[in-house]
Amino acid sequence: MGLLSDPNRRKALTNLLTRLNAPICMVCYLAAIVWFMGLAFEPFTLRTYMSENAMGSTMVEERFSSGERALSLAKEFDAHKRKAGGMPVEWLVKAMQARGLEVFTQSFSRKLPFPDENKERYMVRGTNVYGILRAPRAPRTEALVITAPCSPGNSDNQAVGLLLALAQYFRNQIFWAKDIIFLVNEHDLIGMQAWLEGYHHTNITGMEYSPLQGRAGSIQAALSLELSSDVITSLDLILEGLNGQLPNLDLANLFYAFCQKLGVLCTIQGKLQRNDWDTAEGYTHAAQTMMLMVLKQACGRSWGDHGLFLRYHIEAASIRGINGFRHYKMDVATIGRLLEGMVRKLNNLLERLHQSYFFYLLPSLSRFVSIGYYMPAFGLLAVILLLRVSFPGLDHFTFFNPSGPGVLTVLTPVVISHLTGVALYLLPVHLQEMAVEHFPVSETEAVVLTAVAIYTAGLALPHNTQRLLSGEGTEQGWKVLKLTALLYLAVLLGCTALINFSLGFVLAVTLVPITASMTPHMPKALSALAMVLLSPAFTILYCVFIYQELIEAPVSVGEGWMLFLSVISQGILDHALYGSLVYPLLALFIYPCWLMFWNILFWS
Amino acid sequence: MAAPLTLLLIVAVTIRAVLFRSSLAELIVERVEVVSPLNAWKRVVEGLALLDLGVSPYSGDVFHETPLMIYLFHFMVDYAEIVFMIADGITAVALYLSIQTYNKNVFRKQKYALESDRYPADCLELLRSPKEMFYIPLKVAMFYLLNPFTILSCVAKSTCGLNNAIIALFILCTLKGSALLSGILLALATYQSIYPLTLFAPALLFFLQRLYIPVNLRRSSFWFFTLQYAFIYVGSLVVITGLSFFLLGSWDFIPSVYGFIFSVPDLTPNIGLFWYFFAEMFEHFRLFFICVFQINVFFYTIPLSIKLKEHPVFLIFMQIANNLEDRPYPTVGDVALYMAFLPAWSHLYRFLRNIFLVSCVLLACSALFPVLWHLWIYAGSANSNFYYAITLLFNFGQILLVSDYFYAYLRREHHLTHGLYLKKKDGTEATLVLK
Repeated sequence: MGLLSDPNRRKALTNLLTRLNAPICMVCYLAAIVWFMGLAFEPFTLRTYMSENAMGSTMVEERFSSGERALSLAKEFDAHKRKAGGMPVEWLVKAMQARGLEVFTQSFSRKLPFPDENKERYMVRGTNVYGILRAPRAPRTEALVITAPCSPGNSDNQAVGLLLALAQYFRNQIFWAKDIIFLVNEHDLIGMQAWLEGYHHTNITGMEYSPLQGRAGSIQAALSLELSSDVITSLDLILEGLNGQLPNLDLANLFYAFCQKLGVLCTIQGKLQRNDWDTAEGYTHAAQTMMLMVLKQACGRSWGDHGLFLRYHIEAASIRGINGFRHYKMDVATIGRLLEGMVRKLNNLLERLHQSYFFYLLPSLSRFVSIGYYMPAFGLLAVILLLRVSFPGLDHFTFFNPSGPGVLTVLTPVVISHLTGVALYLLPVHLQEMAVEHFPVSETEAVVLTAVAIYTAGLALPHNTQRLLSGEGTEQGWKVLKLTALLYLAVLLGCTALINFSLGFVLAVTLVPITASMTPHMPKALSALAMVLLSPAFTILYCVFIYQELIEAPVSVGEGWMLFLSVISQGILDHALYGSLVYPLLALFIYPCWLMFWNILFWS
Repeated sequence: MAAPLTLLLIVAVTIRAVLFRSSLAELIVERVEVVSPLNAWKRVVEGLALLDLGVSPYSGDVFHETPLMIYLFHFMVDYAEIVFMIADGITAVALYLSIQTYNKNVFRKQKYALESDRYPADCLELLRSPKEMFYIPLKVAMFYLLNPFTILSCVAKSTCGLNNAIIALFILCTLKGSALLSGILLALATYQSIYPLTLFAPALLFFLQRLYIPVNLRRSSFWFFTLQYAFIYVGSLVVITGLSFFLLGSWDFIPSVYGFIFSVPDLTPNIGLFWYFFAEMFEHFRLFFICVFQINVFFYTIPLSIKLKEHPVFLIFMQIANNLEDRPYPTVGDVALYMAFLPAWSHLYRFLRNIFLVSCVLLACSALFPVLWHLWIYAGSANSNFYYAITLLFNFGQILLVSDYFYAYLRREHHLTHGLYLKKKDGTEATLVLK
C-alpha cells in the first residue's frame, strides 16, 4: 500500500515506467517468446509422475490373450458393415448380447447447417450401439466407457474387434467395481455427441436423438480406440478436446506407465520421444511436439472421439494405433493387455481423477510443463498491453475527465465494430441459400467466402465510422479509444488464455505488437499492411502453414489457401455441431477488437 | 430535465424487457454473482408455492425472504417482471431527486461560505459551479439504470432491486427532511436485510444538521430529537414485524430470515468473502469468527460517523459501500447501488489517486467471474481457489475505491479550510497523507 498511497514513490515509479515504456515493452515481448520457447527445453520441464494414489502403487497383472479372436471379430464386423452399408446394428447387438452385455441402441439424426465437404456429409442419420457390463462388486453408481468408432471404409474395424474381445474377456473377471460401457458410435463426433447428450439428458446443439434405454452410473473416465490395421507399430495418445480442454494429466501418465511396462512404443502428436535433449535436434524435436500441441489446442476442436466427454467433466483420451515404424511390431493382444491394465487401474479409482494437473503442455510424453511455468509467457505479453494502457503518452485522466471527449466519439467505433462482428458471426450461415442462388458456388464455399468477404469489408469501416461522427476526430478521441481497446483486448486475451492457453497465447503473440504501438501518426500504408498481416485471419493462415510444416507435410501456397478455407468451414461447423467457442470468440470479440485498432490507424 | 430522465427510463425499460424475453434470462438467473440465497427469484417462487399449499413458506430451508415480500408477490407474481422494472425506475428517480436536493443544499452552503469569506483565496478552483452540477442527478440515474450490474440483477429478478428501491426512497425522504417517512423507510429497509441499520447514524446526523441542533451529549435538544427519531424507527420496525407476524401467524420468519443472515449457514459461492472463509474454517472457530465478521459490518459506523459528522450524505454513501463488502450474501445488485453515487462525487476527481487502477481491476474481475466459474464448475479444471482469488481481488478493488473517495473527500475539505497549496514549515510543497 505504501506504493499506492505515498505520492513521491508513486511519482518515481510512474516516471520510470513512462520514460522506459517502449524498451520495457520490447523486452517483455522478447522475454515472452524466449520463455515460451524455453518451455520445451528439458531441464526446465518436470518429469511426469502419477499423482493418484489409487492408480499408483497397485499391482495389475494383465492376462488378455485373445488377440486372434479380436482380429476375426474385426473381419466379421467389416463384412457386416459392408453388407449393411453403415452400422451393422443387428449383428453388433447379437454379438454384444452373446458376450453377456446389456445391449441398447440409440438412433440419432442431424442436419448440418451446410454440407461438410471434408467428410462428405449433410443429412446425418445413424445408430449408436452400446453394451453395459454390470459391475459385480459394487453398487452401480459409477461407470467407465470404452468406445470405438464405426467409420466408413476399412478404418477402425480392428478397434471394434478388440472392443468386443475385451468385453468377452472382462465379462469373466470378477473384480469390476464400476460398470463398463462398450460403445460403438457411428459418424464419429456426431454420434458421440448424441450419445453423451442422451446419457446426460441435455440438448444443447439441437440434435435429434432417441432417449437412452439403459444407463449406468456417472462416468468417471473414457477411452476411445482407433485401430485400423492388424499389426501396430506404435500407439499415439490424443488429449486435446473441445475448446482446448485437456483431461487430467494422470490419464496420460497411466497410458505412459503401461506403455513402459509392456514395452510398447508410444508417441504424442505422432512424435517419438528422444533422449538427446542436450543436442539441437533433441530440443527442436521437443519444441516441435509442444508447438503441435499448442496449435491443436488453440484451434479448439476435438481431435479424437474423446473430446466431447471432457465437457461433461469426464476424463477421456483417444488412443490411436499407428502402423509406421516398420522394424517394430506388436499384435492386438498387447494392445488389449494395455487397455486391460488401464481399465483395471481406472476401476480402482475412489474418486474422479483430480490429483494431477488439468493445465499443461507436453513436449514429450514423459515431460510436462504446468500452468505455473507457461503462464508467465502469456503474462509478459499481457503486461505490455497494461503498460501501454497506463502510459501511452496520454494521462489516463482524460478518460474520466468530464470535459474530455464525449462518450459518443468512442462509442460509435466500438458499436460499429461489434455490429460487423455480429454480421461475421450470423450472416455466413444464414445467407448461404441466397449466395448459392446468385453465384456459381457450393453451399460450403458460399459460407466460407461470405465470411471472408465480410471480414474484408470490415476494413472499409473507418471511413464509414468517420461519416457518422459529427466533426473531426480529436487527438484525445483516439487516445481514449485506444485506451478502451487496449483494456478490452487485455481482458479478452486474459479470459481466453485462462480457458484455452494456447489460443490466448497465439492471439497475443500476433495481436500485441501491432496493437500496442498503433497510433494515427504512423505511416499509413506501411502500418496498414502490418496490421492486416497480423490480423486474426492471417494468424489462422500462419497456423495452417506452421501446422503442415510441423507434421512434415508442407503445402504450397495454393493448397495452404484451400486448407485455410476448409479450416474456417470446420470452425463454423464445430461451433454449430458441438458448441466449440473459437469461431464466436474470433467473430464476436477478437475481430471487433482488432477493428477498433484499425479505426485508430485511420483516425482523422 | 424531465425529458432526458424519461428518455433514460424508456431506454432502461426497453433493455430490460428485451433481456427478459431473450434466452439470456435463463442463464442470468443461475449466476451466483447475481442472485444470493437471500434474494433468488427461484426461492421466492418456492416460498409462494408453499404458501399456496397452506404450508409455512419457511418450512424447509429454501426461502429466506421477509413475509411482506412474499405477500407482495403473492398478489403480483404474474407481474413480477413489471414490478422489478418499476422498482429500478423508482430507485433511479429517487436517486435523481435526492442528488438534486443534495446539490442544491451544497450550493447554498457554498454560497453562504463564499459570502462570509470563509474559503482561502487559492481554493476558488475547488468550488463547484452550477453548470458542472447541472447534469449530475441525471448521471446518477444513468449510472444506476444502465449499469450492467443493475440490469443483470433486474433480469434475474433478484429481490435486491426492491431493497435498493426502499433504500433510495429512504435517502430521498431524508434529504427532503421528512423525519417520519425517513424513519419508516429505514425501518422497512432494516426489516428487509438488517444491514441498513447502519444508515441510522447518517440519517440522524443529517436531521440534526438540518435543524441546527449541535451534536452535544449535554444538550437536551439533541437527546430530544435523537429519541424522537429512534422512536419513529423502532416503532415502525415493531409495527412491521408485528404485521408480518399477523400475516403469517407465526414467528418462523425470524430465524429463517435474520438467523440466516447472522449465522451464515449457506456457503454457496458469491462475490463476498464469507463463503470461502467459513468453508475452510474448523467448526469450533465458527461462532467466534461469525461474531468478528458481523461486528465488522457495524463497527465502521462509529469511526466514520465521528469523522464525517459534518457530511452525513457522504457518510450514507460510505455506509452503503462498506456494508456491502462485509455482508455474507452480497450480489452485484448491491454493488450497483453505491456505484450510482459515484457521479455525485465527480468533483473529487482531481484528488482520486487510484481510480484508473481500480476501474481496471473491477472491470477485469467482472469478466473473470464467469470464466473462472466455468473452469471450476463445468470444466472441472480449476478449483474454488481460483474463483476466490477473483472474489478477493474484486473486494480489494471495491475497498480501494471507497477508501480513495474517502481520502479525496477529506482532502478537499482540508484544502477548503487550509488553502490549496500547502507549504511545509520550511517552505517546500507539502503532500497530504491519510494515516
